[in-house]
Amino acid sequence: MTVLIGEAMTGGYGAADILHECTIEIDEGEIAVVVGPNGAGKSTAMKAMFGMLDLRGGRVVLDGEDVTALTPQARVYKGMGFVPQTSNIFSTMTVEENLEMGAFIREDGIAETMAEVFSLFPILEEKRAQPAGELSGGQRQQVAVGRALMTRPKVLMLDEPTAGVSPIVMDELFDRIIEIARTGVTILMVEQNARQALSIADKGYVLVQGRNRYTDTGAALLANPDVRRSFLGG
Amino acid sequence: MTDVINAFVILANFLIVPGLTYGCQLALGALGVTLVYGILRFSNFAHGEAMSFGAMASILVMWWLQSVGISIDPLPTVLLALPIGILATVAFILATDRAVYRFYREKKAPPVSFLIASIGMMFIMGGFVRFIIGAGDQIVNDGTRFIINAREFKRMTGLDEGLAIKTSQAITVVVTVALVVALFWFLNRTRTGKSMRAYSDNEDLALLSGINPERVVMITWILTAALATIAGVLYGLDKSYKPFTYFQLLLPIFASAIVGGLGNPLGAIAGGFLIAFSEVSVTFAYRKVLGYLGPQDWQPEGLIQLLSTDYKFAVSFVILVLVLLFRPTGIFRGRSV
Repeated sequence: MTVLIGEAMTGGYGAADILHECTIEIDEGEIAVVVGPNGAGKSTAMKAMFGMLDLRGGRVVLDGEDVTALTPQARVYKGMGFVPQTSNIFSTMTVEENLEMGAFIREDGIAETMAEVFSLFPILEEKRAQPAGELSGGQRQQVAVGRALMTRPKVLMLDEPTAGVSPIVMDELFDRIIEIARTGVTILMVEQNARQALSIADKGYVLVQGRNRYTDTGAALLANPDVRRSFLGG
Repeated sequence: MTDVINAFVILANFLIVPGLTYGCQLALGALGVTLVYGILRFSNFAHGEAMSFGAMASILVMWWLQSVGISIDPLPTVLLALPIGILATVAFILATDRAVYRFYREKKAPPVSFLIASIGMMFIMGGFVRFIIGAGDQIVNDGTRFIINAREFKRMTGLDEGLAIKTSQAITVVVTVALVVALFWFLNRTRTGKSMRAYSDNEDLALLSGINPERVVMITWILTAALATIAGVLYGLDKSYKPFTYFQLLLPIFASAIVGGLGNPLGAIAGGFLIAFSEVSVTFAYRKVLGYLGPQDWQPEGLIQLLSTDYKFAVSFVILVLVLLFRPTGIFRGRSV
């Protein structure tokens, strides 16, 4: 069942459009990955689906409900979680406070969700009282993902979660993302490390200049000779 | 030995106690400035006038209380008037936000527009205050003036030098400590306080987390107005109330907030004391202290005063310039200006 769909999205930040009739669709419990060269509009597509830029054409549907007109905050209430690429933590606040702020909109108890996040990222429990800004890059990404998970989103959107972390930490993060998907959270992710990202993807989108170029399962895209030659370095 | 104690008593009487009191007043003022800077991201030049407005409102209520014969002697009546003074100031500040700053917020105006608007607010509020209460001096403290006066202290200790502690000084320190503890408890322990820190830390992420910016802004103004009123009343209690002095206080208050690190509450407090003690110690005449500490029957020739008290504002200014040159984020790493 399709959980989230950005349908024929057209739009950009100013007068010029970055996205042209771009469509991204995610099924429940799956991992969808958006890859493409620099400037292909990957992050823009994700921001468009989260309501961070105005679309001039197309629509965004979450769980059968048209959310195109909603603000990002309203989409958080509807069950979307977003981890921005940069400044994605409250660096002066402790790890635990970061998670609490992630759950700000929730009126019920959050202890259980916090325990889940801690079991997913054990290092965060160890460092719960430390300011998040003092952590390493990889740990900060864990805080960022943990913060977004605190609302118990249906769909978790990650904008280049592995940007700027070491290869070992990257593997670790991908493992965690698979684990999150197994708990039933649908994941949409934009990635620079296309090969690795596609290897864990149920569905992959290759964007070029704001348009869909290839759409297939992750494995099929990895096997596709055109995709390999153009985007994966052979 | 008694010479050393006498020297210390002079220092305590003329430097430490007044410095501590003045430091508390500056710290409370700087906390208000730093809160506004952290949340609304502009330097609020109207803060001195907010203090003046708060003090004025409290004095008006105090006069009414005096006229109907209510007093809490030996404590000054103005303390009883303080809650109503705070409410009046909160209402006034929220009204200015509604009328002025919200307009610029909706337009997403750059910080400099807010700053200029706050300078306008400063003149309007200053004029309003003078229109109501006049530009002259008003006596605020009607309670017992001293907890210990110099003569009693000399009789009790047998020393040549006296130490006087004014009621207003003790009230200032006690109220400041209580207020700072309460403020930090609020910012660090409550959900609303944490959401304010989150908003100050990372506005976009705070929005993504569902924190309502208008609510954060409103609570910030309420806290700022309360802090300003209390700081204004304490200053008036310690010296006397005169609208113009609150305009002059703006420089040391901003210096305190910037030295400590703008946007950082801890820094505002440290900065307040740093500025206060610098000001007091640089303009203090060390003649008698050195007289006690030097050889028998010797007194230094001059006053041994680094700067005349007329230059006390230069002290904040020099510290401000030095900090901006060498450590623009302040001691506690706030934001650079």
